[in-house]
Amino acid sequence: MSQAKGLNLTLKIWRQQNAKSKGKIETYQIENISPDSSFLEMLDILNTELIDKGEIPVEFDHDCREGICGSCSLYINGEPHGPGKRITTCQLHMRSFKDGDTIYIEPWRAAAFPIVKDLIVDRSAFDRIQHAGGYISVNTSGNTVDANATPIDKHDADEAFNSATCIGCGACVAACKNASASLFVSAKISQYALLPQGQVEAKDRVLNMVKQAEKEGFGPCSNTGACEVECPKGISLENIARMNREFLAASIS
Amino acid sequence: MILDSKIPEGPLKDKWTNHKNNINLVNPANKRNIDIIVVGTGLAGGSASATLAELGYNVKSFCYQDSPRRAHSIAAQGGINAAKNYQGDGDSTYRLFYDTIKGGDYRSREANVYRLAEVSASIIDQCVAQGVPFARDYGGLLDNRSFGGVLVSRTFYAKGQTGQQLLLGAYSAMNRQIAKGKIKMYNRHEMLDVVIVDGKARGIIARNLVTGEIERHSAHAVVLASGGYGNVFFLSTNAMGSNVTAAWKAHKKGAVFANPCYTQIHPTCIPVHGTQQSKLTLMSESLRNDGRIWVPKNLEDAKAVREGKLKAVDIKEEDRDYYLERRYPSFGNLVPRDVASRAAKERCDAGYGVVANDTNEGVFLDFASAIMRYGKEEAHIKGIENPSNEEIRKLGEKVIENKYGNLFEMYMQITDENPYKTPMKIYPAVHYTMGGIWVDYNLMTTVPGLYATGEANFSDHGANRLGASALMQGLADGYFVLPYTIGDYLANDIRTGAIPTNTPEFDAAEKKVVDEINKLVNNKGTKSVDYFHKKLGLIMWNKVGMSRTTEGLKEAIQEISELREQFWKEVRVPGSADDKNSELEKAGRVADFLELGELFARDALEREESCGGHFREEYKTEEGEALRRDDEFAYVSAWEYTGKPSEAILHKENLNFENVELKTRSYK
Amino acid sequence: MSESKGLIKSHLVKKYWMAFTGLFLCLFLVGHLAGNLQLFIPGYSGQLQFNEYAVFMTTNPLIKIMSYVTYFSILFHAVDGLVISIANKKARPEKYAYSKPGNNSIWSSRNMGILGTVILVYIVIHMQNFWYKFKFGTPPHMTAEDGVSPLLQDGTAVKGGIVENGEVMLNGENMGAVMGDLYTIVLESFQNPIIVAFYVLGMIAIGFHLVHGFQSGFQSLGLRNKKYTPIVSKLGYAFAVIVPLLFALIPIYMFIAA
Repeated sequence: MSQAKGLNLTLKIWRQQNAKSKGKIETYQIENISPDSSFLEMLDILNTELIDKGEIPVEFDHDCREGICGSCSLYINGEPHGPGKRITTCQLHMRSFKDGDTIYIEPWRAAAFPIVKDLIVDRSAFDRIQHAGGYISVNTSGNTVDANATPIDKHDADEAFNSATCIGCGACVAACKNASASLFVSAKISQYALLPQGQVEAKDRVLNMVKQAEKEGFGPCSNTGACEVECPKGISLENIARMNREFLAASIS
Repeated sequence: MILDSKIPEGPLKDKWTNHKNNINLVNPANKRNIDIIVVGTGLAGGSASATLAELGYNVKSFCYQDSPRRAHSIAAQGGINAAKNYQGDGDSTYRLFYDTIKGGDYRSREANVYRLAEVSASIIDQCVAQGVPFARDYGGLLDNRSFGGVLVSRTFYAKGQTGQQLLLGAYSAMNRQIAKGKIKMYNRHEMLDVVIVDGKARGIIARNLVTGEIERHSAHAVVLASGGYGNVFFLSTNAMGSNVTAAWKAHKKGAVFANPCYTQIHPTCIPVHGTQQSKLTLMSESLRNDGRIWVPKNLEDAKAVREGKLKAVDIKEEDRDYYLERRYPSFGNLVPRDVASRAAKERCDAGYGVVANDTNEGVFLDFASAIMRYGKEEAHIKGIENPSNEEIRKLGEKVIENKYGNLFEMYMQITDENPYKTPMKIYPAVHYTMGGIWVDYNLMTTVPGLYATGEANFSDHGANRLGASALMQGLADGYFVLPYTIGDYLANDIRTGAIPTNTPEFDAAEKKVVDEINKLVNNKGTKSVDYFHKKLGLIMWNKVGMSRTTEGLKEAIQEISELREQFWKEVRVPGSADDKNSELEKAGRVADFLELGELFARDALEREESCGGHFREEYKTEEGEALRRDDEFAYVSAWEYTGKPSEAILHKENLNFENVELKTRSYK
Repeated sequence: MSESKGLIKSHLVKKYWMAFTGLFLCLFLVGHLAGNLQLFIPGYSGQLQFNEYAVFMTTNPLIKIMSYVTYFSILFHAVDGLVISIANKKARPEKYAYSKPGNNSIWSSRNMGILGTVILVYIVIHMQNFWYKFKFGTPPHMTAEDGVSPLLQDGTAVKGGIVENGEVMLNGENMGAVMGDLYTIVLESFQNPIIVAFYVLGMIAIGFHLVHGFQSGFQSLGLRNKKYTPIVSKLGYAFAVIVPLLFALIPIYMFIAA
């Protein structure tokens, strides 16, 4: 709620009509942006200006705008979700930029994330990986065992929660030089691997989910750790190690 | 039209069991021949899709997001209630039922609410079996916290991300069925109409949001789990895409719409910062456990704070007005959401607001006393004798950080202010809509074969929802209610066979959808969709918001209807209808909000009482508290569409209270 | 969930081999370094000790097996790395216009392929320089010098014999090969500043390769633990600095000392 003066910015934005067409970076000038605005509000303003000028606004994914739905997905000035750690693009505010800055805004780049339009990519590969095993096979009924029948070590429960906080935004893939989805895949595998409920299907789960991720065209993991740094939820590399362990054990047994 | 709620006979506690025992079932072989469409993949839709598919039905699920996992249920923070009584503090199904009825200000159906309380315990069992990582204590058992002004600890939680974990649980159950081919998932699809054949819901028209293609999908029943309509206010804590379109189109096809005016305005949100704002952010209600809410006592101080000439910390204790503690000494800062919200509005309207936005809307939420109190305790525990104020403050800040660290961080991220050092600024924001499509006990709307679940329907929360009950209701509907009740209806459809889509009914519905889209794209007006949405939001907020008057509501009805006309004349939707076009999507949604808004205001005007989230200035006690009028208004307002919102016909479903006594809520 | 056979075809399996061979090569480096440090021993006794060591390394059957395992590991590590690098590139066909990877990862972690290639070139030249010359060329031999007799493989002196083509002839009988003088080959090579620089650069490449590779190997094999991983990580850094540094000091020392 500062009274700082508005920012004038140069935006370099990837524009692409659809999956098949060729895209390119377009340059836009935007003026008098409040430092208290969020990054996406800045794009809203740009779009309103484009509409008023009779041009086609920039398409980008967004929904909850509070950092939990995982929709927003921009590669801003060379980093997924822009400068600042542990935040999504919708939580990025314009006070992170200076007057006169040039800002590059690009879509996630990965063979497995084809561009839909402009800054929107198709992340359905993530869904398909989950279809391959991201669940515990339990039917809905009113008579599963009581929730407190199996005590779970608090540390394991907390660890499982930490893995489960992944929002599926794809920043890990975007940050990785190999567009690897290892952090995403391993977070789900870990959540279940840490809980007794997940043990029954653990072996098939890790084999199938890893296989699906590779089928989708995500690259191998080089352990650069970029994903962990850029993950808005701080998912740890610990998960990838656990996946590697589980996969090794599952493949030799 | 007669509204038959189909509440089963018998004593309250046996109704659901008896009903389940007596309704028709579909045999497993026949389920394979029956298709069900589910619109929306939040807690209500996701859980329903998964469970129906497990039962053997062929399910087609639709969501406008790029993945079912992104539905806005994911943003729920606090927790989910369940009458497990794990804490042994006297909780029971009856207590949860009673608290919900009372919290809803006696404007909900006893039978529905009792069923909700009854199945609540199964929800927790189910979620744990799915691998939802709820918080646990050191013994490895599930932890609970207390929430929203009830007297027991029945809220299960996963840090501040309970909605996320529950939704991912439902999503995982869906994934299992998608992998089996029992659910066909349609991502980035928006339902634009429901198709009615021979008086029954038999399909939908949906737009593929990537290709712009208009698609026909048929089924033997259609379930709407499309959420609430808080975005009619433009600024709300809802997701940007949350909309009323599916519900509204169903309304226009014959589903009556109940209690549209019941809106929950959450007291602790980050205030609006300016006209460029797109969305409001909730700060968990739990902050009110330790934060004290105040505004300056003197108008000049308030003005000076807004102008940045005076800092909150420099205002002397005697110059502060802790208005909640003043007005409600027994509950203080912990009064229910609706009461806290109205009190903040009252102070800001009187000129004491502390935020320099266009409307000066904002009050302080101050942790200084809590910091000092905890600091002293800590110093005592640590055996520090005669600690300095600075030491105490440091210790206290540590305690606060452990309790609310992530929320404080979120606040700092958005506002660039440090709430450890200076009070937070908060203001109420639209959060949840209790109203929605009218449904009977079976969750069926007034259109046969058309069901509504979760926030999209009106049931269970009455005029005000208790904290941690939305998640409970969504999952109860989807996991444990609808899968039973829908069978009763579908049992008559086992010989129907697949529903064809090449019929006049589908033709007509598709034509209507295409015509509207073409009209929007070809309108070539001069104003963006947001221009109208923001205007609508302002009318709603100022005249149909936290407190409503006859005059204001009448003006609102007039203004909304004019704005709607202007919209259709002057809106500009750039781009084409045959590819990804967010402006076109928004335009369709705003067009529906512009109709709903008018009905919303009409409903508020018609309800001449104050109850829960609905407050009429004319109906308050001498102390300014809500005045309910049970003799005249103990009914559900159910509106039937006849062509225009202004011509909608009001039907009344009287609410009978046989098990609880109607009382005035008091928090003084 | 259906039955799945992920082994062999998975990227992960390639990574296991990468880690396995890589960590084995780390062990090899330690052994190799231990031997090479003998080059710091001055004078004739140093020369003698080093050459004895060289003979031991080229003749001991167990070492022989290990050396083949090492060659195989190097080749496998290189080929596997190449295959992985190709998959890496394929996963992102279109690059970012503007990227700041330095904000989230260290340079060497992103350039293991380049570093590996440099190291491979280094190894080839290194082998050609010493191993090939020593094994297939006509290496110098240690001969009698100032009253010291020619030497046998085991280092004992031969009295009254003559040396012909590297064989000791004693009373008309061939007593076997005389010790080749690898020490001298090394010493002479390291009189050339270009070769010294080449070796130092090679070691820098290995250092950077190890900074990432050492701990990455553990991670790939899933050997990660809150307690031990910080230690492994520190150990990895220490290894990546100390081992190549000591290697690199040898040519510098020999250049200066001579």
